Amino acid sequence: MKSAVVVFPGTNRDRDMVRALEGASGQSPALVWHKHSEIPKVDLIVLPGGFAHGDYLRAGAMAARSPVMREVVARAESGVPVLGVCNGFQALTEAGLLPGALLRNADLRFVCRTVTLRVENTQTLFTGRFAAGETFDTPVAHMDGNYFIDDEGHRRIAGNDQIAFRYADGAAAGPANPNGALDDIAGVFNETKTVLGLMPHPEDATDPLHGGTDGRKLFDGIVEALS
Amino acid sequence: MKARVHVTLKPGVLDPQGKAIEHALDTLGFSGVEEARQGKLIELDLAESDPERARAQVEEMCRKLLANTVIENYAIELEA
Repeated sequence: MKSAVVVFPGTNRDRDMVRALEGASGQSPALVWHKHSEIPKVDLIVLPGGFAHGDYLRAGAMAARSPVMREVVARAESGVPVLGVCNGFQALTEAGLLPGALLRNADLRFVCRTVTLRVENTQTLFTGRFAAGETFDTPVAHMDGNYFIDDEGHRRIAGNDQIAFRYADGAAAGPANPNGALDDIAGVFNETKTVLGLMPHPEDATDPLHGGTDGRKLFDGIVEALS
Repeated sequence: MKARVHVTLKPGVLDPQGKAIEHALDTLGFSGVEEARQGKLIELDLAESDPERARAQVEEMCRKLLANTVIENYAIELEA
């Protein structure tokens, strides 16, 4: 599986993402700078976490209007799978590739801890390795992860199985939902399930030194689906 | 010509910062505040001098960048 990781000024989880992708696929992803308008021919495009452009105006707002994003949108529309994690998820909603928006955490605090996720749809290229309803642990680290969508949109994404992950009770300390997200939503797909965005960091649960390796299943599943 | 863009959260969208302001005002003894909502004010200095064209430009800026219309409303004020 060939992949590309998009890097914005302020992105800081690109190396974590590169390591996770290398671990799963055995191939090094191409790094693409935000000012570039071309992305190599790849099987997967990833927008990693961080604070692109300092989260000025709104988290992900500036990143979503970068030159590289025109190409990301065009590729996504042609069916190329796109994964956005944390700040990358925010940028994908800002770019209109995913439904809803990410608001400031309900308690106004940056949240950095382990959460448990329940896989809500296993029939996608991203989640094929998981069993229905399976839970797994990953870290979160964000200030704006409070997922919001209006009632009509909520009904639409729920009915179309676009809710990818929900925060769930598990081993993690504290309330299951770390940020006040509507309906405990931690990640969503686009209509065709070829674009996935999630707030937690599965790439930071891929090495025993991270404290857990639950995130590997996501990356192994993606590699399996796209190789 | 100058333009002022007011960006506010849509009704029904949770505004934790507004809530915090509300609580702080209550702590200060301003007991009559039933709700506080926080928004943004963006001031633009435009080369355009025709109000209609200026408004059209700023509308487009709002739709493309200044507001996220999934969660926010915007209002434009022009000043010669």
